[in-house]
Amino acid sequence: MPAVSKGDGMRGLAVFISDIRNCKSKEAEIKRINKELANIRSKFKGDKALDGYSKKKYVCKLLFIFLLGHDIDFGHMEAVNLLSSNKYTEKQIGYLFISVLVNSNSELIRLINNAIKNDLASRNPTFMCLALHCIANVGSREMGEAFAADIPRILVAGDSMDSVKQSAALCLLRLYKASPDLVPMGEWTARVVHLLNDQHMGVVTAAVSLITCLCKKNPDDFKTCISLAVSRLSRIVSSASTDLQDYTYYFVPAPWLSVKLLRLLQCYPPPEDAAVKGRLVECLETVLNKAQEPPKSKKVQHSNAKNAILFETISLIIHYDSEPNLLVRACNQLGQFLQHRETNLRYLALESMCTLASSEFSHEAVKTHIETVINALKTERDVSVRQRAVDLLYAMCDRSNAPQIVAEMLSYLETADYSIREEIVLKVAILAEKYAVDYTWYVDTILNLIRIAGDYVSEEVWYRVIQIVINRDDVQGYAAKTVFEALQAPACHENLVKVGGYILGEFGNLIAGDPRSSPLIQFNLLHSKFHLCSVPTRALLLSTYIKFVNLFPEVKPTIQDVLRSDSQLRNADVELQQRAVEYLRLSTVASTDILATVLEEMPPFPERESSILAKLKKKKGPSTVTDLEDTKRERSVDVNGGPEPAPASTSAMSTPSPSADLLGLGAAPPAPAGPPPSSGGGGLLVDVFSDSASVVAPLAPGSEDNFARFVCKNNGVLFENQLLQIGLKSEFRQNLGRMFIFYGNKTSTQFLNFTPTLICSDDLQPNLNLQTKPVDPTVEGGAQVQQVVNIECVSDFTEAPVLNIQFRYGGTFQNVSVQLPITLNKFFQPTEMASQDFFQRWKQLSNPQQEVQNIFKAKHPMDTEVTKAKIIGFGSALLEEVDPNPANFVGAGIIHTKTTQIGCLLRLEPNLQAQMYRLTLRTSKEAVSQRLCELLSAQF
Amino acid sequence: MSLGNIRQGKLRLQKWYLATSDKERKKMVRELMQVVLARKPKMCSFLEWRDLKVVYKRYASLYFCCAIEGQDNELITLELIHRYVELLDKYFGSVCELDIIFNFEKAYFILDEFLMGGDVQDTSKKSVLKAIEQADLLQEEDESPRSVLEEMGLA
Repeated sequence: MPAVSKGDGMRGLAVFISDIRNCKSKEAEIKRINKELANIRSKFKGDKALDGYSKKKYVCKLLFIFLLGHDIDFGHMEAVNLLSSNKYTEKQIGYLFISVLVNSNSELIRLINNAIKNDLASRNPTFMCLALHCIANVGSREMGEAFAADIPRILVAGDSMDSVKQSAALCLLRLYKASPDLVPMGEWTARVVHLLNDQHMGVVTAAVSLITCLCKKNPDDFKTCISLAVSRLSRIVSSASTDLQDYTYYFVPAPWLSVKLLRLLQCYPPPEDAAVKGRLVECLETVLNKAQEPPKSKKVQHSNAKNAILFETISLIIHYDSEPNLLVRACNQLGQFLQHRETNLRYLALESMCTLASSEFSHEAVKTHIETVINALKTERDVSVRQRAVDLLYAMCDRSNAPQIVAEMLSYLETADYSIREEIVLKVAILAEKYAVDYTWYVDTILNLIRIAGDYVSEEVWYRVIQIVINRDDVQGYAAKTVFEALQAPACHENLVKVGGYILGEFGNLIAGDPRSSPLIQFNLLHSKFHLCSVPTRALLLSTYIKFVNLFPEVKPTIQDVLRSDSQLRNADVELQQRAVEYLRLSTVASTDILATVLEEMPPFPERESSILAKLKKKKGPSTVTDLEDTKRERSVDVNGGPEPAPASTSAMSTPSPSADLLGLGAAPPAPAGPPPSSGGGGLLVDVFSDSASVVAPLAPGSEDNFARFVCKNNGVLFENQLLQIGLKSEFRQNLGRMFIFYGNKTSTQFLNFTPTLICSDDLQPNLNLQTKPVDPTVEGGAQVQQVVNIECVSDFTEAPVLNIQFRYGGTFQNVSVQLPITLNKFFQPTEMASQDFFQRWKQLSNPQQEVQNIFKAKHPMDTEVTKAKIIGFGSALLEEVDPNPANFVGAGIIHTKTTQIGCLLRLEPNLQAQMYRLTLRTSKEAVSQRLCELLSAQF
Repeated sequence: MSLGNIRQGKLRLQKWYLATSDKERKKMVRELMQVVLARKPKMCSFLEWRDLKVVYKRYASLYFCCAIEGQDNELITLELIHRYVELLDKYFGSVCELDIIFNFEKAYFILDEFLMGGDVQDTSKKSVLKAIEQADLLQEEDESPRSVLEEMGLA
């Protein structure tokens, strides 16, 4: 037993803990615990009323048992009793138990809330803090409902003690994070901002955290915090290392507060007021200067705290992305860290530089560190650091250094950790495609990828190489020759057989003139791999063979023999058997003309977002990749090949299914893979009318997909073409909403007569009110203009409004129309409810008109977390542990319109095996059920 | 954000600042222990885990871990851990693992005084310890002496 036993020693507890520690086996421990549980249970049930001390001791023992990992199903009541004790120590243990082992038992919550209420009203700061801590620890909706209104009052009350203010600020923050709708904004908000001026540094620290969170939702209400934060920061940064007494940490003045203030400033654009901005820039420079000064202490705590501020400063500089001088200084500073002996600093420098690489001001400066980063890739001992190096290389890659970076990544791939191989493969494939000047280099790179890491080359990668080879006739002969050579290797990866089979089937004729790769040699080479391959590859090879029959009539008999053999015609696999039968028949009955038509070379694929990029985004989470991509896309003109601009916004295009898109043969209907680009399929997004001004353009292709993406989120890019980018930011509360539309001129020329118009159809007009002001008719090159739309939902609606934009660009009239993603579900307020309530309401809505059901096939991978996020993004509450089947998702919410409120219940049942979903919506109004079901179905 | 002490696969203290089900918590703790215990010395103190970032540091036999979100500051979190260890050390007087085992409730109280809802409440060592010591004082005043037998739970 340790000598230390401060405050009250609960000796019984110490004895029990010692006993547990002395247990020789898990069984002995469980036995001892069961004995104790029985003892406590009998004490609690016993006739003799327990005194506070014993209660506290037993509750504490239960807590200990729980923390060992055992379930505790009693003692809650005794803990609640302790809350109302007037002995601090008993109260404290009671609160600890409650916050560690909350039970959503409603009866208990009521009692707990009562105790908290008393303590909050007690005016005893220690008790008040305990109560606030408990609210923050539990943070449940019930508690929010009970106290969200009181806490702001405590926070700004003039007579609250500092410690109470600190607790109140953070408690409010916690409640706001859990259920923002419960925390009403009001006149207290202005007073919270002024806490930034408080004399007590602890109060300021707590208040900054709260403001940082609140201002994200209501930037305008908290705008005054900018200048206050800047002056506070400036005072800290310029103070001597001992000025702040106890808030100085290892000679660094107030590092936590500094980091938080810098974080808060990142919620806003650079200050508009020149004086404030000047002061801030001065601060940032001071931090950068201090980094060059000799350390005041050798302790790692000193340098960590100092560098924590430095990294946050750099984040702010990157966030502003407007001060070239600071950006370059930041980059140089990070460059120093790249070679620092502290692994932590190298890791953070690599990570931070990644974002710097996407700024046009510092991209070049980042590139100068390429050798160091490559070296990190080779020498770092920690895989997480190497991973950061890969990310940075990817981010700094452009046309000038692509060959070097791709080569380095390929050579790293040979020894890379298995956990990151797939990601590196995707990155190499993307870079090789994006920066290929010479497509033979691209083909070589991808074949190398397959050779080095064939197992990690996903379908998307080899689909993509085929799409590109088919679309570019200058590389087809080279590709055929190269795959032919690669297939010579005695052991080649199955993915290579797929690529090889497909390319030779299309373009084998281009190398057939060379006697070393005559048709028969090509066929024998492929067929020598046939038996080692899996069924899908064999199916693909059979299609190659029938293509050979068309390309090379001289090998027809050989191929027919193969198709006719028992191992094909009577193959146990139905797909292989069917292909063999059909191809054999086709080769026998069809004339050469018919054969030539049916087996014609594949038409070019429509340009689309690289499916590989989509995959990487999915892997890394959309935000991280998109940002980089967007900025890069502007720098490097389209390299996807083809004369048309690649429509950047059609990103929701799904990955091609192998049978339909690539082969167009066999069991699947032999439809060519989409119209060729010249017919306009995904090519031109902007309709260019000669001069007919008043015509509203038809909806831009691809905007449907984009529209769907906004159903579960509020911000992002709605539309983009070569000229114009339209971004959205919106927020909704109850039946009201506000949408910020950002129009970005991507060219260097003015747009004239720029007129966006909102169009509501006659059906929509009475149900949805949209109000906006016209924007400036001239948009300068590279500039962005903003338009605010105020939205009011009067009644439920189905259609979406259309945004039509007309403008003049360099003499031609441009006309773009997109659907504006204002959908009914935006007016959802989530409702939490318990299982029994849910099913009771579910039953109440059992009228056939009230229910709409849809059974549909999953269009995206069926990932539980993603599904949950989508349901929450959709606006309804996600109710856990309501449905008896844990695989199902249920949600509840209320649609707010001006005229009425409509309660909605939903249930989503995934069937993993069949890759299907069943979605059921029940609301009191048929049209609402119908529309919500439609919107949500499209999300999975 | 959660904070735990891990030693030979034994969890000494955990604190959750996001609503998570019991089952999920156990799973996460198990997973996190595996990941952190597999790290070698001199590796970097940050690692990506699920969609979080884990910041950890080893003090003698204990690993202290915080899971933070992507945009949170890693280095200041590392110092957050250090400050907590300093607080424990100051309170217990050169703290060791046994102090935390036998006085786990104190370790919780100190953590609560320092962090709330995952955010730092006060970074001053003095303020935090003052609050804890005041509480101790309150306790001693209302503690009445008890017999040893009673203490042992035998009375």
